[in-house]
Amino acid sequence: MTRYIVVRLLDAIPTVLLVLTLVFVAMRILPGDPAVAALGDFATPEQREAFREQMGLNAPLWQQYLTFVASSLTLDFGESMMNGRDVLGLISYNLPYTIELTIASVLLGVLIGVPFGVWAATNANSAPDSAMRGFSLIGYAVPDFYLGALLLIVFSLNLGWFPINGGGEGILDRMHHVFLPALTLAFIKAAFLGRLTRTALLEVLGRDYIRTARAKGAREPRVIYRHGLRNALLPLTTGLGLTTLTALSGSVAIELVFNRPGLGKLLISAIAERDYAVIQGGIVVFALFVVAINLTMDLVYVLVDPRIRVS
Amino acid sequence: MSASINPALQPLASQPSVFATLRRVIFDRPATIFALVVVILFVLVAALAPLIAPYDPLAQSILDVNKPPSAAHPVGTDQFGRDVLSRLVYGSRNSLILGFVSPVLAAILGTFLGVVAGYFGGFVDRIVSRIIDLLLAFPELLLAILIAAVLGGGFWNVVAVLTVAFTPGFARVARASTLAVKQEPYIEAAVAVGLRTPMIILRHVVPNIAAPIVVLTTLWIASAIRLEASLSFLGIGTQPPNPSWGNIIRDGLNNLFGSPWPIIGAGALITLVVLAFNLLGDAVRDALDPEASR
Repeated sequence: MTRYIVVRLLDAIPTVLLVLTLVFVAMRILPGDPAVAALGDFATPEQREAFREQMGLNAPLWQQYLTFVASSLTLDFGESMMNGRDVLGLISYNLPYTIELTIASVLLGVLIGVPFGVWAATNANSAPDSAMRGFSLIGYAVPDFYLGALLLIVFSLNLGWFPINGGGEGILDRMHHVFLPALTLAFIKAAFLGRLTRTALLEVLGRDYIRTARAKGAREPRVIYRHGLRNALLPLTTGLGLTTLTALSGSVAIELVFNRPGLGKLLISAIAERDYAVIQGGIVVFALFVVAINLTMDLVYVLVDPRIRVS
Repeated sequence: MSASINPALQPLASQPSVFATLRRVIFDRPATIFALVVVILFVLVAALAPLIAPYDPLAQSILDVNKPPSAAHPVGTDQFGRDVLSRLVYGSRNSLILGFVSPVLAAILGTFLGVVAGYFGGFVDRIVSRIIDLLLAFPELLLAILIAAVLGGGFWNVVAVLTVAFTPGFARVARASTLAVKQEPYIEAAVAVGLRTPMIILRHVVPNIAAPIVVLTTLWIASAIRLEASLSFLGIGTQPPNPSWGNIIRDGLNNLFGSPWPIIGAGALITLVVLAFNLLGDAVRDALDPEASR
């Protein structure tokens, strides 16, 4: 167990290095002159030169690479070129809102999706199952930002039940602000998780031990949840990891729809303003997040399925 | 040179039912017929946009700002008085072109990488696999956003972004299939008769891994259309004033108090077209790759 965790943690090191290398290659080599990209076409040659000097773009490439890796690992992303604020400060202000939204949407998604999937699996090939199929078809097709805009129009603009923008102050207000955005993402996650639960549970419900449980007189809810769902947990865990990742990527558009602070909003505004330092910091933090979520999921597998510890 | 041995086509030849299956899968399900109709309409609208659109999608009119739907403007007008229906019609072109171009480019690039990694193995395989695994850890949308953050918007950049985002998936499938095909006796035979490696790959490996690649390409048309809309919505895809279903929703959101109709119309179209391509992709998968269907 400990060995597996240590090996997995060590394995994350080259992954992080590879991520940083890819970001570096993308930022430095692909788009031509970053000074032109950042300052626009109308900057004077002196301004461009000053920018290159400030960003360390005049140093040899290998030196830039080492500086980039070192400062990324110490989360030192420099200052925003628009307002001179510390990029790490901007990120750490916005990050909690994104984490809050991601967690809330995954929780809501599980709360809606898993029971729906169980309901569909226990009523396979009848009305609930068709409802599940319809729900998942729509969930796979509707863009999250469109659904978010519709919810915003109906519940915030017309009914006035929820705020139109912002992230909120204090716990209750923040929950009030995060609900509609989280529900938007949760609807789409629930379609995926529901279908996954249905498939996994249907497979498990055909097993011998389910028949045994029923034969010895266990009540149906106990058979389903205790004997059935428990054994369907492994595919669900994988699904949960994917859900968390797609919730993280979905949060970018949703933060824009609901005009709430967050990492995605920060990155998108930085792109619009060509704020090179913030873009770079945002990309690195997003990428590190993905690596961290994947790592966490790998560790959760071990808890869910003891067989993995051995191999 | 390999005239006597051409086992590459054998599996296909022994299944004369591929087209029969395709026909059965398409016409036995009402949902697939619906999907096919939507897709055909979508392609026709995009192709004939100048004939169908009632107005110039870029023409502004200060007298017709934020009009609700009417006979003159079936989906109303936006904050610049532009006819929303015409913008939606023209916006379909972006979705159509990007929806097809990127998955196809990614299929070619990904198959190349996957086949090379799977066929040659060793060091090349280890590097390629590691990068594929890493990129696959990212959801396509996030990967696309991160690449677009560097490249910026515009048509060709979106093509590049979507292609890069889709390539790892194709590479993984191509690599796995190549590893399986490589073990087949007909590859050994082709090596034995002295066929050059590029010929072996082109004539014996690629045709035998084509089915899953085709299935994946079809399924990803839907994703490409949705991703293009997402990127345009975020302002890093199709750039205004050129209409795209994504940036029509973006504009609509900035004009929420003016008129909700652009959002409602564009979103409904994205949903409908993505739904249709998803259903069609499922049908193609069931026809070509019966084992994968659930």
